[in-house]
Amino acid sequence: MSGSIDAGRRRFLQIFGTATGALVVGLPALGWTPDELIGQPLVRLNAYVRIEPDGTTVIGARDPEVGQGIRTAEARIIAEELDADWNRVIVEPLDLGVATVNGESHWTLGHQVAVGSTSIPAAWKDLRSVGAAARGLLLQAAAAQLNVAAASLHTLRGEVITGTGRRVGYGPLATAAAKLKPEPGPPVPKPASQYLLVGQDAGDVDARDIVTGRQPYAIDTWFGDTLVAVVVRCPYPGGKLARINDADALKLDGVTQVLSIPPPSATLALGVQPLAPGVAVLARDTWTALRAAARLQLEWTRGAPVATDDALAASATALFAGEPTHAVRSDGDFAATAKRARYRFHAEYRTATIAHATLEPPNALVRVDARAATIIAPVQNPRTSLETVQRLTGLSPERIEIRLPRTGGGFGRFLETDYVAEAVMLAKTAGKPLKLLWTRADAFTHDTYRPLSVHQLEAAADRHRTLTGWSHHIASTSRLAGREPAARWWLSEMHPDDLPAGLIANLQYAWYSLPSTLPRGSYRASSHGVNAFATECFIDEIAHALKRDPLEFRLTLLGNPDGKRLPYRGHGGPVLDTGRLAYVLKLAADAIGWKQHHPNGHGFGLACHFTFGGYVAHAFEVSMQGRRLVVHNAVCAADLGRIVNPLGTRAALVGATLDGLSTALRQRITLKDGRVAQKGFKDYPLATMADLPNAVQVVLVPSEATPAGAFDMAFPTAAPALANAVFAGTTVRVRQLPLWDELMRLL
Amino acid sequence: MPQALPPNSAHITPAPIRTGIDVAINGQHFRHAGDPALPLLWYLRDVLRLTGTKYGCGDVSCGACSVLVDGRLLRACALTMEDVAGKAITTIEGLANADGSLHPVQQAWIDEDAILCGYCQAGQIMAAVDLVHRKPEPSDADIDGIANLCRCGSYPRIRRAIVRAAATMRTPRK
Repeated sequence: MSGSIDAGRRRFLQIFGTATGALVVGLPALGWTPDELIGQPLVRLNAYVRIEPDGTTVIGARDPEVGQGIRTAEARIIAEELDADWNRVIVEPLDLGVATVNGESHWTLGHQVAVGSTSIPAAWKDLRSVGAAARGLLLQAAAAQLNVAAASLHTLRGEVITGTGRRVGYGPLATAAAKLKPEPGPPVPKPASQYLLVGQDAGDVDARDIVTGRQPYAIDTWFGDTLVAVVVRCPYPGGKLARINDADALKLDGVTQVLSIPPPSATLALGVQPLAPGVAVLARDTWTALRAAARLQLEWTRGAPVATDDALAASATALFAGEPTHAVRSDGDFAATAKRARYRFHAEYRTATIAHATLEPPNALVRVDARAATIIAPVQNPRTSLETVQRLTGLSPERIEIRLPRTGGGFGRFLETDYVAEAVMLAKTAGKPLKLLWTRADAFTHDTYRPLSVHQLEAAADRHRTLTGWSHHIASTSRLAGREPAARWWLSEMHPDDLPAGLIANLQYAWYSLPSTLPRGSYRASSHGVNAFATECFIDEIAHALKRDPLEFRLTLLGNPDGKRLPYRGHGGPVLDTGRLAYVLKLAADAIGWKQHHPNGHGFGLACHFTFGGYVAHAFEVSMQGRRLVVHNAVCAADLGRIVNPLGTRAALVGATLDGLSTALRQRITLKDGRVAQKGFKDYPLATMADLPNAVQVVLVPSEATPAGAFDMAFPTAAPALANAVFAGTTVRVRQLPLWDELMRLL
Repeated sequence: MPQALPPNSAHITPAPIRTGIDVAINGQHFRHAGDPALPLLWYLRDVLRLTGTKYGCGDVSCGACSVLVDGRLLRACALTMEDVAGKAITTIEGLANADGSLHPVQQAWIDEDAILCGYCQAGQIMAAVDLVHRKPEPSDADIDGIANLCRCGSYPRIRRAIVRAAATMRTPRK
């Protein structure tokens, strides 16, 4: 090791060379000794940057790739500051970085996580200095080699260039750069005016491997001599195993063991242990394990009585009559305002229980012995996986290797580690590497769902047809239930500063705890995914009732044209700029032709929302063609701050728009005979190409503001914009999701 | 000339009975000696470790395991080894040419960046290859006929990639 660089934020980047003469920057590992790696050029270095003497530049991407394009975007940020030649860049995923110094564990690569569109904002803070540090060393090395002042040099596409135009490639400088002592102080990132890569389109770095079938997902990996496990879990929430007959299963050639998984422990949090008791079949291959699992004869006892969505909704109505679990916000006096208001409005909205339905089902490949463990699983939050493995094995963190394969979707499902826990428990008992596979039915029947939510909205307007009062009461199952103290449960369900707070003088937000039978987990865009549906539909209803144009009504409310800078506590804050939201709404409306005359009978609908620091608006044009709901045109306008990779951002916005539509149309989990009824895509129809618009027009606002991320932002407004367009086209107001069943009932 | 007597039956060694199922996968010949009811999906993934063909549902509803069997688009989860005996199968790994140059559909997927999580894309590409062979100029309705599922919402880029690939394939090579 030749030195370390203070990268700010109390992180130290380490600089060292390899036996091949490469320059390596990364691994701000406290007390970590790279010497054992020197001389082993082929090992993965888990470093941010490695420049080989031939100029090959390997950039490490630290966050889990779940389809949000993070590997590409993070590599572009580092490559930008490094002034790398993108054509020579190879991007490799990093493992979870952990090191122990004096008995204390440190996360060496920052918070490696795919949640809430946070990876890009974090990378923007942390990773620019990595590229800048490497570039600084190369400049120093060139200055020494050419015997000129470093200040007279500049860099471009993998080369150092002198004042006289002489060029030296990074490759030949790498070995010397690795031996240098870095300049004191944190590296200085480039001014934005010099960006060559950030803000320009880049295709997904894994594209070639994906289209040739060579990209390894967790489900595609094996160790030698690996057993395959398939688990039959108790179908009744809270139920237990009553009787087991595994004789038929064990008779099958290739079956090695039948093991049981105990019921969840009351002392452990939801999500870090198996979701249900189960019986596992271990076999030499998947087909044998699947057949043997089908031969198990199991009887289960039921848990507490289950509540269907209708029963939960009835409980919500009863709850609303009483005091809220938490009074989230109270401005002015809503009750008094409503009493004397010229106009009063009331509506109730519902969103049904839904599942994650990731195309890659939960699975995990585990190798564990007394000395070490390796886990390859689809994970969004590898830290919790490590903590789960640590708890189950007693191994110290640096003995646990958590790899981060590309993951076939996530949407919150892989923030849990229940399936990792199952695999580790089974592998420990079996004493062999083990590959756990969940079937599609397993994934539907044992999810951490997004259960029903009920929204009671009331509003008041004066004789100028201006809103004077607003009340939003929500009954839902907290995402934090079973995980954190009850006093905190409301935090995941309702944001006190979500609009229209700050825009209407008399406003009341309240939350009621509605315990569901099914376990709740994180879901794409968190509570924004349901709350924006209620809010944006209700605003639309009020605009129509007051005979005001829904666009103009919203813009006026948002304080058009200047807008207001409102304080925003929580993820996406500290400021919510209503002017930016009004601007994307106008862009979406213009692009769909809102103000033009629409003689074709099509319905036009709008919605806008502030999610995690991103401002997004949707505009849809729809019509009913017989018994088909056709989305003729779709626009998504977004202001997400600076865009690192516009091509990837567009993919995320289009994807979330379509996922939002697909979810809003037909997705619903129901309980039948005390258990989840849906077992496959046939019962839980994801929208196909034919069901969705052929294209989504994306309008991105150019911005120099700090990047906000992108993945979740276009999810919340798709459902309300659709419902609003359906109303405009059919005069039927749908207040429940999924929309399709309800529309058919009302039409 | 005296006729040769048939050999004493006690000395006949019967030729070994050919057991197993012969299949050609991406031009290579394999013999499967195990359970004839083994689904092709698990033969590809567990036995041959051709993992580009994905498990998504197991009940023919998602299309992630789409392969070509004697040129026909089928779902590997619903085919047994017995079903494909003697047949030629192409998986995603077999689409590119031996020299590494990509099939025009694969190239179009890269050019349109039709990726997102990528898990369903192998199946989508196989379905698209089948479509552009059947319909060299696919209409939007033809493309709508592909019912492979994508949770991430890559459909518009898939649509563009299919149109692009079809155009490339209609243009004679220089």
